[in-house]
Amino acid sequence: MRGATTARTMLAPAVLGVVAIALWQLLVVAFDVAPFLVPSPSGIADAFARSLSHIVDAARVTGLNALIGLVMGALTGILVAILANALRVMSQMLAPLVAALAVIPIVALAPVFYAMFGAAAHTGRQIIAAIAVFVPMYLNTLNGLRQVEPVHRDLMRSYAATAEQANRLLLLPGAVPYVLNGLKIGSSLAVISALIAEYFGGPANGLGKAITSAAAGSNYTGAWAYVLGAVLLGALFYGVTAGIEAWALRRRGGS
Amino acid sequence: MSATRAAVTISGVDKVFRTRKGGEVHALSDVSLEVAAGEFVSLIGPSGCGKSTLMRLVADLDPVTSGTIEVFGKSVEQARKDQDYGIAFQQAGLLPWRTVRANIELPLEIHGVEARARRERSDELLALIGLEDFADHHPDQLSGGMKQRVAIARSMAERPRLLLMDEPFGALDEMTREHMQNELVALCQETGAAVIFVTHSIPEAVFLSDRVVVMSPRPGRITDVIDLSFSSRDEELREDAAFYEGVTAVRSALHGGADASSGPRGVENR
Amino acid sequence: MRTARAQATLWSVVGVLGVAALWELYKAIAPDDGVTVGTVTVLPRTTDIAMPHIWDMVTRLFEPVTRAAGADVLWWAVLQAAAFSLGIAVLGWVLGVVSGMLLALLMQRWITAESAVLPWVVLSQTVPLIAIAPLVKRWGTAIHLGPFQWENWMSVAVIASYLAFFPVAVSALRGLKSPPQADTDLFHAYAAGWWTTLVRLRLPASVPYLMPALKLAAANAVVGTVVAEVSIGLGGGIGRMIIEFAATASGDPAKTWAPILGAVLIGLLSAGLVALLGRGLGRFRRGEVPA
Repeated sequence: MRGATTARTMLAPAVLGVVAIALWQLLVVAFDVAPFLVPSPSGIADAFARSLSHIVDAARVTGLNALIGLVMGALTGILVAILANALRVMSQMLAPLVAALAVIPIVALAPVFYAMFGAAAHTGRQIIAAIAVFVPMYLNTLNGLRQVEPVHRDLMRSYAATAEQANRLLLLPGAVPYVLNGLKIGSSLAVISALIAEYFGGPANGLGKAITSAAAGSNYTGAWAYVLGAVLLGALFYGVTAGIEAWALRRRGGS
Repeated sequence: MSATRAAVTISGVDKVFRTRKGGEVHALSDVSLEVAAGEFVSLIGPSGCGKSTLMRLVADLDPVTSGTIEVFGKSVEQARKDQDYGIAFQQAGLLPWRTVRANIELPLEIHGVEARARRERSDELLALIGLEDFADHHPDQLSGGMKQRVAIARSMAERPRLLLMDEPFGALDEMTREHMQNELVALCQETGAAVIFVTHSIPEAVFLSDRVVVMSPRPGRITDVIDLSFSSRDEELREDAAFYEGVTAVRSALHGGADASSGPRGVENR
Repeated sequence: MRTARAQATLWSVVGVLGVAALWELYKAIAPDDGVTVGTVTVLPRTTDIAMPHIWDMVTRLFEPVTRAAGADVLWWAVLQAAAFSLGIAVLGWVLGVVSGMLLALLMQRWITAESAVLPWVVLSQTVPLIAIAPLVKRWGTAIHLGPFQWENWMSVAVIASYLAFFPVAVSALRGLKSPPQADTDLFHAYAAGWWTTLVRLRLPASVPYLMPALKLAAANAVVGTVVAEVSIGLGGGIGRMIIEFAATASGDPAKTWAPILGAVLIGLLSAGLVALLGRGLGRFRRGEVPA
């Protein structure tokens, strides 16, 4: 029984992945599909191996932008959420703005950020990533701070605990799982935002620009190799933040 | 019960809750009660009789609408700030990210007791509740009864002269519950604290209390007070004829209340 | 309820005015070149090119797009572009939602399908799929099927639907699986078949899970449309307009902001449409859970 379950959860996705790639390869070869429509997996793997050093360099540039954006956005999101939880007026004023930020394409701001911070610098991209990260960080942290059980609130009152003590001993530790979940969501958004901000201009040494310039030069297989690089970068960010979350939750002993 | 000084004096207390739709719920009406130092008093009655509300007023978790409550001769707010009482709820309410020991030490930490003294006190309390081996466990690793013991140890951390307990054993199975009652009796004899104990179990109230205060709902008020004077509270008492007389007395007080027509709902007769 | 809504509107007005005031305040007090640490500009420049006055942005909306004779007034051009992009985004959203729901049903019906497909679907939500947007550019000239000609806007819609698809698939599956054992046992006891259980139990139960996913899918579809317009080079929409106007920013900085307002408008409108849909499903939405 247990063996069957393991086979299903581990083997099934692996088999599907292998079959999908094999089928993709087979179709591209059998119907002689042109690379500009879809290149073959083997072609992409080939191009990936050939331009590995370029891909790593470009991923480093985009990854650093995403990382700086993630850190800035996460810190601001947490701090503003703590303030908003303490000051009702502030959370009311921010609620519509954050709701709007969550649905508007923030990357549209890229050109004006290039104008404000210089088109030769990466600052504009980092700020775009930071704004994208801010939204889930703020919402998750605020939600976490508000998840206090009534019995714990009563307890703090019966101890005549100060607001600072209640924050430090009850609210913030209680919000930790929510904050970490926000960070995990934010990590994906940071990579995506840093990457697509490159489509709107600015310095040309990142992954996003590499994809567009390869496509513009009709090097479609090469462009797909850069896309693979971007996917791996995104998976790295997600994997690290998911790992931090799992580690921290295990350390605090269940919940 | 001729105590030198009252632990809690409740005089003419009313409590009215305003509902969101603008209506009013009269939770308590003209309630007066005195609890002597070292006395164990249970509040019993059907759901909605205001027994938990009364306890929350004593704890200064909610304000009274009218009337006064004094705890050791002080206002409830002052008593709360001076930490004159310990409190335990139906839910253990342990902080999930703190170990058992850190949970017991929480009130001491909040009131600035230094680490060495905290540790000594938590050692004593862990021994008292028999959970020495679980000091470094987290709450999710404990059974319901163990969690409740930790919560009671926490309520005693600052050696309060008054314990407020709101159905602390309400969520436990009958076996664990009787065991916890025996432990509570022992703890009270050791510390000599006064207790206000909210319950909806008649045998529990009779077994634990010096006096059982019977309440009835709509509006919540005291309908009867039954004195019980057992020489000792141990396992044998549960089989004793005097105990059954007590149970019968409380039960008929509940049934004979002003609201006799609808009968007391939510009261366990087990 | 009504006063709560009025209050929320009031606060959003206060919020927007607050942002505008901060903008002008910063522009007034900060140096022209911003604040630099080493060579990095950490606080923005405040020249009229980098940060035009709010009132310049507003008045620019009521001037013609270009000096050429017969040019449209700017706000009208922006509105047309926004409508064009919103149309593509809505189409992409519908395609993505339908295929996401179908995959969720498939996964709910066959547990092997779930265990094979779901890990991939979850994984693909965490990676920048939008990176492939520039790669579908050539499709437009390459696909012919008889009289059918693949158009560039179809590529944009495909990218938008592709981004809308993933959150819907994951949340719909969670929702379809959400009824507790007791409920499915009840339907089993009624001898209800798969279809009846689906329509009477699983679909209604999935609504609270689905609503946040539909909202997320809408935001994704809008971002996908704007980004794909830019990288595919499709004219007529708001994405291309942002790039075109940014190119003339040094001579006409206030104009850059007009299509950005258009993008904000599309985002808010799409969220509003989903919210409207949600009100229609109100009775199924007790106890909503965030995506």
